[in-house]
Amino acid sequence: MEEGKVHALMGPNGSGKSTLAFAVAGHPAYRIERGKILLSGVDITRLPPNERAKKGLFLAFQYPPEVEGVRLREFMRIACDGQGTGFCEFKDAYPQAAKRLAMEELADRELNVGFSGGEKKRSELLQAYILHPKVALLDEPDSGVDVDAVKLIADVIRELAKNGTAVLIITHYPRILEHVPPTRVFVLENGRISQVGGPELAQAIEARGFRAVRR
Amino acid sequence: MKGKAALKKGLTREVVEEISRKKEEPSWMLKLRLKALRVFQELPMPRFGPDLSEVDLDEVAYYARTVEPVSSWDELPEEIRKTFDALGLPEAEKEALAGLGAQVDSEMVYRSILEEVRAQGVIFLPMEEAVKSHGDLVKEYFMRAIPPEDNKFAALHGAVWSGGTFVWVPEGVEVKIPLQGYFRMQALGVGQFEHTLIIAEPGSSVHYIEGCSAPRYAKAALHSGMVEVFAKENAHVRFTTIQNWSRNVYNLNNKRALAYAGAKVDWVSGSLGSKVTMLYPTTVLLGPGAKTENLGFTFARDGQHLDVGARALHLAPNTSSRLVSRSVVQGDAKATFRGKVYVAKEARGAKGHVECSTLLLSPEAKTETIPTLDAENDEVELAHEATVGRISQEHLFYLMSRGLSEAEAMSLIVNGFVSPIIREIPLEYALELKRLLEMSFEEAQG
Repeated sequence: MEEGKVHALMGPNGSGKSTLAFAVAGHPAYRIERGKILLSGVDITRLPPNERAKKGLFLAFQYPPEVEGVRLREFMRIACDGQGTGFCEFKDAYPQAAKRLAMEELADRELNVGFSGGEKKRSELLQAYILHPKVALLDEPDSGVDVDAVKLIADVIRELAKNGTAVLIITHYPRILEHVPPTRVFVLENGRISQVGGPELAQAIEARGFRAVRR
Repeated sequence: MKGKAALKKGLTREVVEEISRKKEEPSWMLKLRLKALRVFQELPMPRFGPDLSEVDLDEVAYYARTVEPVSSWDELPEEIRKTFDALGLPEAEKEALAGLGAQVDSEMVYRSILEEVRAQGVIFLPMEEAVKSHGDLVKEYFMRAIPPEDNKFAALHGAVWSGGTFVWVPEGVEVKIPLQGYFRMQALGVGQFEHTLIIAEPGSSVHYIEGCSAPRYAKAALHSGMVEVFAKENAHVRFTTIQNWSRNVYNLNNKRALAYAGAKVDWVSGSLGSKVTMLYPTTVLLGPGAKTENLGFTFARDGQHLDVGARALHLAPNTSSRLVSRSVVQGDAKATFRGKVYVAKEARGAKGHVECSTLLLSPEAKTETIPTLDAENDEVELAHEATVGRISQEHLFYLMSRGLSEAEAMSLIVNGFVSPIIREIPLEYALELKRLLEMSFEEAQG
């Protein structure tokens, strides 16, 4: 993946897209038997998830869990502390990000608790926006999001890339890619990358489906 | 423990007389102490709850006479010294908490608070002083909410009590500042059997805060305090306790409030310290429309057994109670919650709600919930909810994927879990508690 560029990982349901994202982020339920994960040339394969995050990896969850009693703003403050972001910087960054994602009123709500599908997705992007990762894996960033919000989400993804983040949009459905054209598209089937191409690959999948574009 | 052998063992009439003589008490108080002593000798140990077989009641005489402060920092357990430093407590406060017997001029620090409340006609005095200067008033209430006959430790307390606070709030007076500071330090040097008596006259309100979240070191292994609250018609009393005794202490307390018609009594209790705790703040809803809220959080760590609970006794119509508990259990500790709501025949229209959740942090952690809902009439609404869970791996991973260490993530989750109770606690205490939780996870992670 290239810095400042948008990439897409596509594949039918059950092809292993989320599994790959979890494994890269260090989910304890997955063990990596072969292969390496390199981030800016550094091997992060054996690091715990928080160390990977500190090196600049970010995963926007497809289904972010609801964590009772933990407030979004407080959570982000601790995460920024860990990155060495100064308090003053955070004080400005949080409201800016909240405004950008149109979710000012969610700051003092408990993390994802009672959030609508769209709010959860925006909350994930808000976190990426604040943490400014080198690599952001966005797992189905537009599922359950209404049409208007898709545009907002797409704008923010473009902005992340513009600010230097290498973005990977993980999706089985190309709608979001119309708004954020990827420079490269990877197709995952049965746990393997079956095809790599440019934006035309996404269009072909949209028009004819995964099966038809299979070589 | 030098010189201990020279003291006569066992709690005798002579010991009790000596305590009373030293305090220059009026004869009614000596009589009350001696009666309590007789009751103590007759009553059996509690028939429920934690193992108390290690409590040596013969030692009580010794503790009751002299609670010797530790004489140097070196005598303090390492863990306590570390915690003091981490909390960044001022030197004087550290020494007072450690029982080093430092002369802390709390009068100076809290003079303005004292002046303000005394100007409203509030009586706010060390218990011993009140017995002497306001004898008739004290006599009318002292051990009337919890008589010595109630249980063995109530009787023991009655015989040897020492220290504590007396608060009387005149009719209609609203005390705006929580009463705490004056004795936050002063009371620390005082014995293990302090007595707190609060009388809120009709229409008045007061918030009293006892203890602190920083660990308190006690040489003596038994602490048995008593709190009695009288909330008269339409009065509002809130009593907040943060208990963090050092982990050698058996903490066996009695707390009870009488709520008259329209009165409201709130208990907010945090139990962190001690080896064994037995604590069941109780509100007796005596008058129609009286209300109580009883909020508790318990954090039990390795080696501790914290047996806590809440009781509401509805004796009048249209009374209501809400008992909420959050327990966190780490290592091989055990947390027990006993929630009891009793509704008498005449208490028609009573409402009671008991809610208890426990978070287990280790496979060895144990918990037990013992709810008792007992109604003697049918026109009542009683509800009970209990949950027990563990920290979800998904939650932990989610927080860690944003760069939080495992300890930070756990402490955030645990803080979130106890937040419905913590947000009822004054901010400076809540912040200290947060720091304590964090420390304890950092240690657990090595």
